[in-house]
Amino acid sequence: MKNGELVIDVEGITKRFGTHTVVNNIAMQVRRGEIYGFLGPNGSGKTTFLRMLCGLLRADSGSGRCLGYDIRHESDAIKREVGYMTQKFSYYEDLNLQENLDFIARIYGVPKRKEVVRASLEKLGLYARRKQLAGELSGGWKQRLALAASLIHSPQLLLLDEPTAGVDPKARRDFWDEIHQLAADGLTVLITTHYMDEAERCHRLAYIAYGNLLAKGTVDEVVRSAALSTWAVSGPDLHELAASLRELDGVEQVVPFGNTLHVNGRDAEQLRKAIQPFQREPYRWRQAESGLEDVFISLMDTAEDNFK
Amino acid sequence: MTFHAFSFSRFWAVVAKEFIQMRRDRMTFGMMIGIPLLQLTLFGFAINSDPKHLPTAIITADHSTFSRTIVSAMRHSQYFEFIGEAASEADADTMLDEGDVQFVVNIPEDFSRKLLRGERPNLLVQADATDPAATGPAVAALKQLVSTSLERDLKGPVAQLRDAAGPVNLILHNRYNEEGITQYNIVPGLMGVVLTMTMVIITALAITRERERGTMENLLATPTRPTEVMIGKIIPYIVVGYLQTLLILVAARLLFHVPMLGSIPLLLLLMLVFIAANLAVGITFSTIARNQLQAMQMSFFFFLPSILLSGFMFPFRGMPVWAQHVGSILPLTHFLRLVRGILLKGNGLHETLPHVWPICIFVLIVMTIGIKRYRQTLD
Ligand SMILES: Nc1ncnc2c1ncn2[C@@H]1O[C@H](COP(=O)(O)OP(=O)(O)O)[C@@H](O)[C@H]1O
Ligand SMILES: [Mg+2]
Repeated sequence: MKNGELVIDVEGITKRFGTHTVVNNIAMQVRRGEIYGFLGPNGSGKTTFLRMLCGLLRADSGSGRCLGYDIRHESDAIKREVGYMTQKFSYYEDLNLQENLDFIARIYGVPKRKEVVRASLEKLGLYARRKQLAGELSGGWKQRLALAASLIHSPQLLLLDEPTAGVDPKARRDFWDEIHQLAADGLTVLITTHYMDEAERCHRLAYIAYGNLLAKGTVDEVVRSAALSTWAVSGPDLHELAASLRELDGVEQVVPFGNTLHVNGRDAEQLRKAIQPFQREPYRWRQAESGLEDVFISLMDTAEDNFK
Repeated sequence: MTFHAFSFSRFWAVVAKEFIQMRRDRMTFGMMIGIPLLQLTLFGFAINSDPKHLPTAIITADHSTFSRTIVSAMRHSQYFEFIGEAASEADADTMLDEGDVQFVVNIPEDFSRKLLRGERPNLLVQADATDPAATGPAVAALKQLVSTSLERDLKGPVAQLRDAAGPVNLILHNRYNEEGITQYNIVPGLMGVVLTMTMVIITALAITRERERGTMENLLATPTRPTEVMIGKIIPYIVVGYLQTLLILVAARLLFHVPMLGSIPLLLLLMLVFIAANLAVGITFSTIARNQLQAMQMSFFFFLPSILLSGFMFPFRGMPVWAQHVGSILPLTHFLRLVRGILLKGNGLHETLPHVWPICIFVLIVMTIGIKRYRQTLD
């Protein structure tokens, strides 16, 4: 598969649990070597979507290809070339690091298994700890083990489900450096996260809420397409000001950022009119850039109105 | 230092929380009600240490009043239920070997003639004494009943035959376990009980644990097939099961001197079917249980009737008919007959087959349920 070729190309993916539609008619295209961020509030169907991609769940409808294989009928072939890091740590706490990696390598039938396991332990700086039980590791080390294990069979596509939840900033930074390195070498990565700084480290992203895909593209495209107008205001007694602003038509979010408030709304004109009475001393107003977080929260509020 | 004092409201907070959680875990709650009910039913109604209506065959060439009197007295005692006449002694042996009857009563040809002559004719009773507890009360009753029953018939000129030794020479022949040693029955049975315990509980736990800890999701995301996971998980426990069996066999031999008349390889081979049955139960439980505690409780729910209704602890034929029907479903019941048959009676393949196919049917049915449930839990 060449660079730029579609590694994931699915459309109409739908999954219901009982009467509850958890993933609704989702299309996704991810190119080779891309780091694709998958964002959305809890319970929006991200994990379910990943499970359908790697054949753990069967989609109720929809079709497409993953790594060139039909997702409905060739899940065995897909599983061989996909590395999946589950949301919850899912290796054996009562096996040591080496035994865990060795087990996974055997399952995938990795050739030259012993060397591969050793190299993997060394690369992730886990070799000295190889005899330690996985259950005794701290969150950051568990995450490294899980990453090492999901890479042991040199997959073409890596699915990471909230890999950095509960991991400290340094470990998170190292993790992302590693992911970028892997992507540069041609690995495709689909990653779910709740962190905005991580979202901004992705080449492209998709935002899903209540099973519906609400936005996709690069960070800039997503921000631009949301056409959210944002003002920043500073001054005294921001708490009271925030309360008054929230009452206004046209104001969607009022978010405190330290000594400033970010006020935004989708209708720029209506927002400008609404805040006009407050544009006086002692407040200082300026137009600000909308952040990804503002956009997502706005999208989520809209989605709540539409789909709930 | 009020913080160290016992606070009723804090204590009550814990109690209330505990009750809420108890109510949420419906399976555990059900078991808390179910297990006492089960025990009550089993101990209260099913178990009876005074087995009656034991199937008995008769061989007789003497169709006199005296024979009829003895037979009808035995029937009246409720201990013996005559299920038919054996054509020959070989025929009767087969019935005993296969466990179709508990007793064979043999009334010789010249019984009434000898009786009238006061020669104290033999009345031969053969008992399947593999389980001494099953035959004990019936045998005790028999001794009494033979002499008293004839008293009425022996009137007038023959009344003097009612002497101290009794008019009849009752010969009781305990087959398979002549001295009536309880261990001969218990120790081989223990093999079945230990296997049930290990196989059901451990498989149920092992698979539930994999799901509870989330490692199952990981496994299923790899190219492994569910059957590979299942069989791979099961094989080590089968090995353990065989080790346990060998341990018990050696102990049975060396410590308890249990006779081993039949073929051990045959036993080890047929044991596979029984192991399969228990694994099937364990796997099926693991597909239903949401956590290891539930898996444990379900295993216990299966284990209890297996021990009590199979004939391991209490004679199978002592139970009421409904309990025998329930018992006949359980694989342990048939395995006990199989293992006792092979070890104590020297049964071969032919005699053991009737105990094998009910286990096979059990495996088929439970496996079907297990596989159906397993599919559902994947999605
Ligand atoms: N196996 C399942 N059975 C029923 N409902 C499920 C199952 N798995 C997930 N759900 C529901 O589907 C929704 C989406 O879940 P999930 O995909 O885990 O969301 P996310 O990963 O975005 O937080 C949630 O409401 C969740 O409760
Ligand atoms: Mg999730």
